[in-house]
Amino acid sequence: MKDLETSAPTPNEMELIKKFLDDTTLFLGPDPEIMQNHDLMPRTADEDDAIQKFSDSHMIAKIRDRIQSGCDEGYEMVEQMGAAPGAKWGDVITGVYSASGDLAIASAGGVLIFSALVHHPIKFIIKNWLNDPTVGVREGDGFIHNDSRYGNVHNTDQSMILPIFHDGKLICWVASTVHEGENGAIEPGGMPSMAESPSDEGLKMSPFKVVENYQIKRDVLTFLQNSVREPKLQYEDMKVKLFACLRIKQRLEETLNSDGPEALTSTLRLTMENVRAEVKRRISEWPDMTVRSYIIQDSTLRENCVVKINCKLTKTGDRLIFDFRGSSPEFTNRATNTIVAGLKGMLAQVFLCYVWPDLPRGQAAFAPIEVITDPHSIVNCSYDAPNSQSLMSIFTGFTAGQHAVAKFLYSCPEKFTKVHAPTFNMINTFIWGGVSQHGETLGNLCADLNGMGAGATANRDGEHALAPIFATMADIGEQELNEEEVPFLQLVSKKMTRDAIAPGKYRGGQGYTMMVATKDSDQWGFMTTAEGAKIPPIQGLFGGYACGTYPLSKVKDVDVYEILQNTPEKFRHSIEEIMNEQPFEEASYTTHHMGMGFEISKRGELFMISQGAGAGYGDLLERDPVNVVKDIEEGLISPEVAARLYKVVFDHTTLAIDFEATEAAREEERQARIARSTPYAEFIKGWNQPQPPKHLKYFGCWGDDIGTLYMGAPDLTRSGDEPKPNYMPHPKDVRIAELEARLAAAGIGGGEKK
Amino acid sequence: MKIPMTEYLRIDLETEKWECRVCDHVIAPAEGNYKEGLLVHNRDPRDIHPPVIDPDKYRFTFSPDPDWVRILEFCCPSCGTQVETEYAIPGHPPLWDMQVDVAALKAQWAARGPEMLPDAGPVVVPSRAHSH
Repeated sequence: MKDLETSAPTPNEMELIKKFLDDTTLFLGPDPEIMQNHDLMPRTADEDDAIQKFSDSHMIAKIRDRIQSGCDEGYEMVEQMGAAPGAKWGDVITGVYSASGDLAIASAGGVLIFSALVHHPIKFIIKNWLNDPTVGVREGDGFIHNDSRYGNVHNTDQSMILPIFHDGKLICWVASTVHEGENGAIEPGGMPSMAESPSDEGLKMSPFKVVENYQIKRDVLTFLQNSVREPKLQYEDMKVKLFACLRIKQRLEETLNSDGPEALTSTLRLTMENVRAEVKRRISEWPDMTVRSYIIQDSTLRENCVVKINCKLTKTGDRLIFDFRGSSPEFTNRATNTIVAGLKGMLAQVFLCYVWPDLPRGQAAFAPIEVITDPHSIVNCSYDAPNSQSLMSIFTGFTAGQHAVAKFLYSCPEKFTKVHAPTFNMINTFIWGGVSQHGETLGNLCADLNGMGAGATANRDGEHALAPIFATMADIGEQELNEEEVPFLQLVSKKMTRDAIAPGKYRGGQGYTMMVATKDSDQWGFMTTAEGAKIPPIQGLFGGYACGTYPLSKVKDVDVYEILQNTPEKFRHSIEEIMNEQPFEEASYTTHHMGMGFEISKRGELFMISQGAGAGYGDLLERDPVNVVKDIEEGLISPEVAARLYKVVFDHTTLAIDFEATEAAREEERQARIARSTPYAEFIKGWNQPQPPKHLKYFGCWGDDIGTLYMGAPDLTRSGDEPKPNYMPHPKDVRIAELEARLAAAGIGGGEKK
Repeated sequence: MKIPMTEYLRIDLETEKWECRVCDHVIAPAEGNYKEGLLVHNRDPRDIHPPVIDPDKYRFTFSPDPDWVRILEFCCPSCGTQVETEYAIPGHPPLWDMQVDVAALKAQWAARGPEMLPDAGPVVVPSRAHSH
């Protein structure tokens, strides 16, 4: 053994080893080389050649507009023809990708988070299938994909991806992505909060070929239909996405015929490179600064706990770095984790929708911005952790980013948009499933998830229930149309929830109440998947307040349809009245956090929730008294709360304002603030604690020490850069243990003999 | 030159201090944490976000849980303007939310000049007529 050669392998030997490994790969899992990189691919020789031949900026702008119109046309087709509720309210994107797989131009409407995500599966196809003799990429092929570990938000979103050839050469790609909903997961609707591993999350499609010669392969389609609860929806929307892609292909061919392939290639490449350069220029106009923020998730959707999303945003010169180290460790058996690409997608959304909405839609707008995370954290989870409810982490990550960015923008001479307080960020809606009144098996959700209240801006109140943070140009659908297909009614819908407010000089846009009750099915149920019933999931801006909290209320042992038929005067139209007055005798009234696992509902039982408010901006004592009274008149706030908080003096009958008395009351309140407050140095002596409180299950760093991540207790930690499993007990086991402890304390037996 | 950094705060580039934009009070050194020159109040979140449903009957009421989260209210010690809020876990150290590179800020504005100062300010003139 002494003579054993230990020198490093030669280059030839390394080549042989690489070939051996390439030839014997047992599993093509998610590829970190693809999944960790959100920047543009290097300029290719073909692109360089095309740019040499074609670089007239006016012609490029014209061609870009034509492609943009083609993408928008494809988007409209999906929205109009798609069967998924998500398609109808614009939870869609279409786009044109470069030959290397970068998204160059995306549809103007829809879910722009996809713009930073769907390039990953195309790059997987290029890397693995393009030259694989068993797969290949040919004219007329189409690929399907939904597994977020290969690039997506969550696996309820499905993409159809088509390569575009010209004279036999691959010249670009087109793709269409839709939030389809149902995917065969452990709970209906496609976003299971009960998933404890990726195996509970339903259909997980790595990119594979499902279309040949522009025809959907029926054998593969049948398998997919058998894998989900809505087989007809699966088929219809695959066709819709395919035909939307074909329409965009048609528009591209018109350009190819009129201007040639170099013009198209040059336009795609220069669009991306110019946007990337412009983003760096805009960043350089910000002040050099570090801004810190954190957002708290108050549950895993299965149990309440404190989950920190920690954000440090640093700008130096033309570099901008999001540092999310210190955020909670990933939950090994909870669904609220996200892959890091999902987080980046939502951060891209901050810029594309809220900061620089004038930029062409595409991957380039976020390409030069850097993101740092801890490995196996809730914002950069491992491929073995479930992520079907990644929205919980990417949305709170978005808010941390939106909150931090506002503090950079205030001093900038050129802003492109108004400085904006955080918009509400939770999907307060009903997910539903079961057998409909028409005998169909369904699983999907109400469009009300799109009705998030907007944050206030530097010069006006936030708009009510305007649009979701992930798609500023989407809508909340038509509930009446939905009710033709599902066996429940929204008995109260789109009525603002009074006093669920985010005060400020400019207040946040408010959320509305939803009350649902099953009517025409014995096999129907609901779930809710949101956080924020104990801690608000946003922060206020510049002295404004965040929103309050939003619970789920249930009324059981009642049939409200019988009440409405026989004693309609008993019915009330607000959660406030129903829960406080309890008008239905014999009924039970309960409240819960917003992570309700799928629950079968009986006819006429009420499930009641509210959409949330966006954050307020500025000191509420500066709010125009006239606008305070307007809020009272519009039912947004009660006179008592308005008078107490805003210190507006008015006649509660006529609502006439006493302006002088108001000014005096406000000055008195400013003096009262000074009197009740403490100098900072003195305050932190009593306030600051070295560790998280013992009474809370706390996850993430404490203070500035991002190297230590707490895992549910002060004595349970991991190092930020060293992954460790983080299992949560089943909530029913926790409850059983509590009850057994009570039995034991009462001297009642059970368990092993002593 | 004085650079407005937030709705209520500015940095005087000559003195390198954070100042209140409402009352001109000098708050803290610009390279430090402006919060150190402010007053703080530990607010029960139920004051600001009142229960919509009866807290005597229900666990969840639309009010944040005061054992889980507090609102730190930061105000100017001179005029009482509420400069910032922070929804904080009990005992969590307040954030140094804006750590400014003052030298870079001075260089940036020396190149721009005062005519580029953003047109934004805290002054709101309330309406006097109740009209809609």
